[in-house]
Amino acid sequence: MKDWRYILAEQRGTLLALALFLLMFTIYVTNHPAGFTPNVVTTAANKGVILALVAMAQCFVVLTAGIDLSVGMVFILANCLGSYIIAGSAIEITLGLIGVMAAGAACGALNGLIVIYGRLQPIVTTIATGAIFFGIALWLRPYPGSEPDFAADLADALTGKLFDTVPASLVFLAGVIVVVWIPFRRSLIGRTVYAVGSSDQAAYMSGLPVRLGRFSAFVLSGFLASLGGIFLTFITYSGEASLANGDNYTLFSIASVVLGGVSLYGGRGSAVGAIFGALAFRAIGDLLFVFDLDPLWQPLFQGIVLGLAVTLGAARLFQVRNRLELFN
Amino acid sequence: MGETPLFRMEGISKRYGGVHALENASLTVHAGAVHAILGENGAGKSTLIKIMSGVVAPNEGRMFLEGEEVSFADPAAANRAGIVCIFQELSLIPDLSVADNIIVSNPPTRFGLIDHRAQRRMAEEALARAGGEDIHPMAMVRDLPLSRQQIVEIAKALARKPRLLILDEATSALTASDVTRVFEVIKRLRDEGLALLYISHRMHEIAELADECTVFRNGHNVESYQQGAKTDNEVVEMMIGREYSHVFPAKPTPPPADKPPVLELKNLSWTDRLRDISFGVRPGEVVGLGGLDGQGQRELLLAMFGVLRSVEGEIVVDGRKRTIGSPREAKSKDIGMALIPEDRKTEGLMLPMSVRDNLSFAALDRLTRFGVVDRSTESADIERMMKLLAVRSDGTAIPVAALSGGNQQKVVIAKWLMISPRIILLNDPTRGIDVGTKQELYQLLRRLADDGAAIILYSTDYDELIGCCDRVLVMYDGAIHAELVGDEITEHALVGSALNIDSAQSDTAFASRAQ
Amino acid sequence: MTIQSSRERHSFWHAIAARIDLPIVTAFACIIVLLLVGSLYSENFLSPEYLLQQLKVASFLGVIATGMMLIILLGHIDLSVPWLLTTGAMMASAATAYGTAGAILAIPFGVACGFVMGLISGIGVAYLRIPAMIVTLAMNAIAQGLMVAFTGGASPADSASPAMRYLATGELIFGIPNAVLVWAVVGGVAVFVLSRTGFGRSVYAIGNREGAAYLSGVPTQRILMFAFAISGALAALGGVLLAGYAGKAAQSMGDVYLLPAIASVVLGGTSILGGRGNYLGTVAGVILITLLQSILSVMQIAEFGRQIIYGVVIVAMLLLYGREKFTR
Repeated sequence: MKDWRYILAEQRGTLLALALFLLMFTIYVTNHPAGFTPNVVTTAANKGVILALVAMAQCFVVLTAGIDLSVGMVFILANCLGSYIIAGSAIEITLGLIGVMAAGAACGALNGLIVIYGRLQPIVTTIATGAIFFGIALWLRPYPGSEPDFAADLADALTGKLFDTVPASLVFLAGVIVVVWIPFRRSLIGRTVYAVGSSDQAAYMSGLPVRLGRFSAFVLSGFLASLGGIFLTFITYSGEASLANGDNYTLFSIASVVLGGVSLYGGRGSAVGAIFGALAFRAIGDLLFVFDLDPLWQPLFQGIVLGLAVTLGAARLFQVRNRLELFN
Repeated sequence: MGETPLFRMEGISKRYGGVHALENASLTVHAGAVHAILGENGAGKSTLIKIMSGVVAPNEGRMFLEGEEVSFADPAAANRAGIVCIFQELSLIPDLSVADNIIVSNPPTRFGLIDHRAQRRMAEEALARAGGEDIHPMAMVRDLPLSRQQIVEIAKALARKPRLLILDEATSALTASDVTRVFEVIKRLRDEGLALLYISHRMHEIAELADECTVFRNGHNVESYQQGAKTDNEVVEMMIGREYSHVFPAKPTPPPADKPPVLELKNLSWTDRLRDISFGVRPGEVVGLGGLDGQGQRELLLAMFGVLRSVEGEIVVDGRKRTIGSPREAKSKDIGMALIPEDRKTEGLMLPMSVRDNLSFAALDRLTRFGVVDRSTESADIERMMKLLAVRSDGTAIPVAALSGGNQQKVVIAKWLMISPRIILLNDPTRGIDVGTKQELYQLLRRLADDGAAIILYSTDYDELIGCCDRVLVMYDGAIHAELVGDEITEHALVGSALNIDSAQSDTAFASRAQ
Repeated sequence: MTIQSSRERHSFWHAIAARIDLPIVTAFACIIVLLLVGSLYSENFLSPEYLLQQLKVASFLGVIATGMMLIILLGHIDLSVPWLLTTGAMMASAATAYGTAGAILAIPFGVACGFVMGLISGIGVAYLRIPAMIVTLAMNAIAQGLMVAFTGGASPADSASPAMRYLATGELIFGIPNAVLVWAVVGGVAVFVLSRTGFGRSVYAIGNREGAAYLSGVPTQRILMFAFAISGALAALGGVLLAGYAGKAAQSMGDVYLLPAIASVVLGGTSILGGRGNYLGTVAGVILITLLQSILSVMQIAEFGRQIIYGVVIVAMLLLYGREKFTR
């Protein structure tokens, strides 16, 4: 039995992302003034989990060989909507959570419908719908704020620690993987999403539900972006329609996906990889902080790491024997 | 075989634009038999199976499955009816595992999720039936060599429990030992009562496998017969047809043998696709490349044109050894090489761009001064080319996509004539072109040769090689298998040496090469 | 002779007809509709002063969109516009602080910075074959990092040189703002290069099919690389103009230009997949976007409404004519 070899080969991108994350996080923690304490980990985890959820959202669309430039805006919209309706009694809070998730999924569905039936490219579609989603967010929250009966207890529970040690947000993230990603990966829809990204034509020839797959990818993307937005609300206790924040999360999600070993040409990679990519990206950003360097260097550092990571990935070019293959 | 045939089609026609791919074709397939389809490239075989397997819809005609009329909206519908096709161009998804590919669209589920264990069992079973026990079901398809992918493709078809299985050149990428195993599979399936439609260029395979044969030519079924009822030569004649519709220009006396070649290859090799290729071409000569499709002809042309990396051996131009590292170097003034590529739509032309832009594209550096296009020179040159090749186009400002296939091909050739090449490589330039344009192109090639160009022509059309070439090099498995000169270039010699069957003709070919 | 000239006239009209395609006509029609709608709200809307003012605002976007169009024609995308723009503005302003020589060299220096950064992105895209989206994203982060580190994160103290101010706000020819002249020059050069030079022809060809262009003996990789350099230089020039307009550079001055630049190119009929597009369309797209933004503010619609209408208009227009041809 050499099954593990194939599993290893298939999960190479994910494992590299995990390794990168572990390396960065180890450096981060060992140099942190407070050391490896539950508090340090929880703070880092909370920030990381938000980006991880948005990166996961991006991953679904990228797997179909598309790109979603509106994830950041769906995320912000969910944040603003959540700051209103995740409040009140337990039932109201539950309904509110469902409402936010439904809104996120609806945003994704809109993108999917325009791309599939309007036959527009995902990149331009999501640029435009992103403006719409942001507009709605701004309508909801012209100024940052929240409701007085905001579900602070739930927020504290999800952003705190379980048994005083384990960050609850990481448990939540693991839950998302188990409830969303694993069933997706093991469904025909999931297989179709990979197939569409890998070879649209072959997927059609093989009789897979190509349109449904593509649509599902967008809906799941919106749904996960809304989970990210809910988490942001839980951490900040408020909703804020910040354009810069939305743009940053969109861009960071692409970077995370690439660091996580997901191919921008579609068909290769996994959301788990995207999650580790996001966590690694966050850890890289925070490294400067523990080294007492000016946080001003953060974007430069992130940019260089991202640039180096993708340049290493270009090494396969030296194996190409027929130059025509470079252009496809 | 007397009762209702499993599958029957009649009066099937399919047109692409103005070109008839199939015209009033019919076919009857029985269960428990292997039915071979023979025909030249472009005889309509691939369109036929695309219609049967639901990939394209016919313009006219009817299909019956066990006497019931059927029509297929998509490949999935054909699959449900029990018709499964193994396509020549692989329908595998490169980023999925072998097992995922074999059981792709209806995997076993458990609690609503794909049951990988059961799927793997099914995949292993299908692989075993297809003779691919050595393929690991968890391997990524993209990591498998082509011959293994072909086996996976067969396994994928078998897993769909077909009643009628179509194999389109299913052995073309296989190694000899794989072929033996696949044959065993096919025979077993026949004994199990499946109907098999087998399409191949390899005569000995058909002799070994087929029960019935149908020959196609020019989009129509010419004749059906029981295997063994005809000799190889009779079959080849049916495939080629008796009528000679092409008019070829007279061949001049070949240039004297001591005239130095303008281009000479010495022991050219590239990966495992080209092996030790040596030959020379003199100015004024038209040299043909023959053989079955995919024996390295395309790679040979690309290697000469500087597209392939790490090519071994020497390329000598005008007696000087040259390294050609890119098409840009190949077309430079002191080499003067042009390549008319295989697929004009994706490699030769920028379809949405205008005729003018396409025409002047290869010669841009000759038409520009300090980077600016000299429009008057450009117009004059284009005008000259449009006249020389008699390109029928409503002006030069319309997109080249609006022209007919033949005129598009003329544009590709004209684009390269704009640089006045000395060495012209052509990759199957008349594929999918009407007869009239073909004749014009033959005249043109001869005229270019008379004006001193050295021409290397790869063609899948044997008539063309016979009519146009002074010499033909027949390739097999990446090497030059035979060289035919002058009168030796006959249909029988070409077909015989291409199919690698031992016949008197190919013996003479070897003999002449040895001299 | 007469036949010749009549044919020439024929092909002249043919060329005009071929040039004026549906997207451009639609875009210009929309501009007229916008002007009419605007005039209902404010009488000033059709006044020459207002229109010139709009044209001036449009010219900043116009210069930036020119570079973006070049990249989109090639079938790629440039996400590094925001911070390459800011780099141009900040570097030019910084050079101004170095005495007379600095003030003279301010503009070329700023533009050169953008050029070099674009060139580096170009190497990544052309030779390493990394997706442009990722390369330019990384370059954006690196430029941001360099600038933030350079300025210490605060708004830079240096102000624009007199030449920069003159270029952005002066009037060389009576009544016509210099910024408009700059755009006219950039646009004129773009039209000339795209239609009359080998480089321009190659750009379209590469956008259509890089493999075919390569087989025609065109140095596709070199052209790709330089196109990114030019796009970077134009983004920086846009930044120089904006700094001159505002008097100084600012931290996030570039953020609001990325999406409008892409939108105006695509609305102008340039295919996001590359190979098809006309500069006249980009001009229309730039004016359209500028007017749309202006009208939405004249109508005193709140920011959220502007965002939503902005997004809806772009989606609607693209659905009208931007659909990719159905292939199967």
